[in-house]
Amino acid sequence: MTATAVMTEPSRDPAARIGEWFDRRSGGLMIMPAVVILLAFAIFPLITSAYLALTRFALSAGGFDLRFIGLRNFRKLLFGSQQYHFLGTFGELGLVGGAALALVAIAVAYGFVRYLRGARVSAIGVVGRLIAAALALAVATLFVRTVTGGGFPGSLGVTIIYVVGGVAVQFALGLGLALLCARPIRARNFFRVVFFVPLMVTPVGIAYAFRMLADTDKGPFAPIWRFAGFQEFAWATDPWSARLVVMIGDTWQWTPFLFLVLLAAIENQPREQMEAATIDGASSYQVFRDITWPAIAPVAATIVLIRLIEAFKIIDLPNVLTNGGPGIATESMTLHAFIAWRTLDLGGSAAVGYMLLFVTTVTCLSFFHFVVRRTRVLET
Amino acid sequence: MTARHDRSLRQRLFEPRDLVSMAPVTKLLTYAGLFAWTLVVLFPLYWLLITSFKLPVQVNDGPDYLPFIDFAPSGHAWRYIFVELGNDTLRPYFNSVIIALGATLLAVLIGSLAAYALVRIEYRVKVGAVVAFLVILAGVVWAIAVQGLPWTLSAAIGGALFVLFMVTLARRLRRHLGNNDILFWIISNRVLPPVVAVLPIYVMFQQLRLLDTHVALIATYTAVNLPIVVWLMRDFFATIPVDLEESAQIDGASKLRIFFGIVLPLAKPGLAATFLLVLILSWNEYLLALFLSTANAQTMPLLVAAQNATRGPQWWYMSVLIVIMIAPVVAITVLLQKYIARGLLIGAVKG
Repeated sequence: MTATAVMTEPSRDPAARIGEWFDRRSGGLMIMPAVVILLAFAIFPLITSAYLALTRFALSAGGFDLRFIGLRNFRKLLFGSQQYHFLGTFGELGLVGGAALALVAIAVAYGFVRYLRGARVSAIGVVGRLIAAALALAVATLFVRTVTGGGFPGSLGVTIIYVVGGVAVQFALGLGLALLCARPIRARNFFRVVFFVPLMVTPVGIAYAFRMLADTDKGPFAPIWRFAGFQEFAWATDPWSARLVVMIGDTWQWTPFLFLVLLAAIENQPREQMEAATIDGASSYQVFRDITWPAIAPVAATIVLIRLIEAFKIIDLPNVLTNGGPGIATESMTLHAFIAWRTLDLGGSAAVGYMLLFVTTVTCLSFFHFVVRRTRVLET
Repeated sequence: MTARHDRSLRQRLFEPRDLVSMAPVTKLLTYAGLFAWTLVVLFPLYWLLITSFKLPVQVNDGPDYLPFIDFAPSGHAWRYIFVELGNDTLRPYFNSVIIALGATLLAVLIGSLAAYALVRIEYRVKVGAVVAFLVILAGVVWAIAVQGLPWTLSAAIGGALFVLFMVTLARRLRRHLGNNDILFWIISNRVLPPVVAVLPIYVMFQQLRLLDTHVALIATYTAVNLPIVVWLMRDFFATIPVDLEESAQIDGASKLRIFFGIVLPLAKPGLAATFLLVLILSWNEYLLALFLSTANAQTMPLLVAAQNATRGPQWWYMSVLIVIMIAPVVAITVLLQKYIARGLLIGAVKG
């Protein structure tokens, strides 16, 4: 009690007085710097960008001119002159593509109906599911129409190819390596350190390294290419091989992230259950399916979510490896926005950015809702 | 022991002898897989390193694999980068060091303060106040961009309006947000693609005449990395028992002294992990630097990326630049992998 009495007495020492003032306002003062910085560098730009996306930017005498043009930037991307760049060039809808599309539509409709007939239906739930379903259908249509039947995907399709393909391969590789590393082996720490390194290497450096490695004439695998009769083949001029090289670089960098976290999760699972199952004669696949997988599923889902968030931002690798080419075949949405900015199309750039924000947010929220949450419910 | 002799060759190869060891074939496949990936990881780095010691003619004539055997290593590229280019290499390098260190220090300091506050202090933010703030902010943006008001005037009017709102109407509002909402908001900033935010940031620094300076990049990197710091540090602070702080408070220590004298030292492992992670992220950052710096504040990733445009692929010079850029990062990783990994794990496993 005496101590508090001493503290409340006004003191003459300025340092102590500052301390007291801070104590009284500590709640606000401790969090304020972070909030102010985020307001200035995230919320304010977000609002300003929304406005920029609705304008046309033009240089004029002694400065620049912003003219409000409504949703025309978005219309240009979705239906107008930039459609080929953003959505892609549409091909013919073949029989197989149509069938695949119908299957997706049926699956989405089935999920929606099942939700509506379930017990917990809410307005937000319905709206959220409608948005997610619309996006899923749109992406499926886009994929079928631009990848098959003679079409070319635009930056949206390419980004989704990078994200879905890359994350799937990285997850599979990371999980496989983690399972191998969790076995009773020697030098586990050596492997752990080595496998971790690529995550820390700058993406720009990785891009150049893989450009060297992929060189069919001077690269280290040149003898193999020559033997296979491929030495004249320029991977950078073929859309799919160029995308593949970008994805290989991305996988090299990000597999460690999934590996590391999954390894920790596998090491944390209860040992007794596994040993009991092994004694009872369960195969290692059965042990994985029934014991390890349920134990690591929540962590696995969370880590995939984190990876998804970062994967949508990809720019360094395609920019340095292929500069978005051939044509626009390897251009991600961030790179698309950057190229639009460089040609002084600020409005178009902001519009692409906003589309990216929309796709990222809906994808990540859906993933959180439909996958991450479900694994956590299973656990408890 | 007798059981061993009963096993057939197939059993001896494919079935483990006991629960803690592996069967020979499994063991072989496991090590084969692990060494294969080790090769995948190390080969690109090895290739960069040896290319930096090659002469142009050795690169162009096709692949040489082993130094001293296939080709005689030469230091010409290193000499060119460090002696002939000299300052053109060293300036971006020191820019990178200053910017990465400055941003990391700031982000960790500000982020830890916020994370600690979120763990120990209960916040109740009125929903109405947040909405009012956003509306006023949008109004200010509109006034500057459309009506062409000077930004100082608009900001002053907006601030005054907000204060007026807070002292009058805000008292009547009931609904409020708690600590978890604030935390979610801070972390969700990470979902925001940097390319959305960078255009206004570019214009902002242009107006402040701070483009292409260290300040601009340090401030932006601090903001980008804050969510990670808050997210990771919150979990570390949550594990520190509150008793110590309470007894210090009874002894009359101020909140700041408790934070810097007791809490931060206790959270050292967490601080180290977060610091290293953010440092490496800032060191490697490319997109924001691409927008916000041109010459004076150019960082290493930009210098490396620019090699392509200027002189075509001169692999030997490029390799030197990449090697000097990734060498410190790889060294940190190998020496301190345990700490960095712990940071990643806390964040990911707890979600």
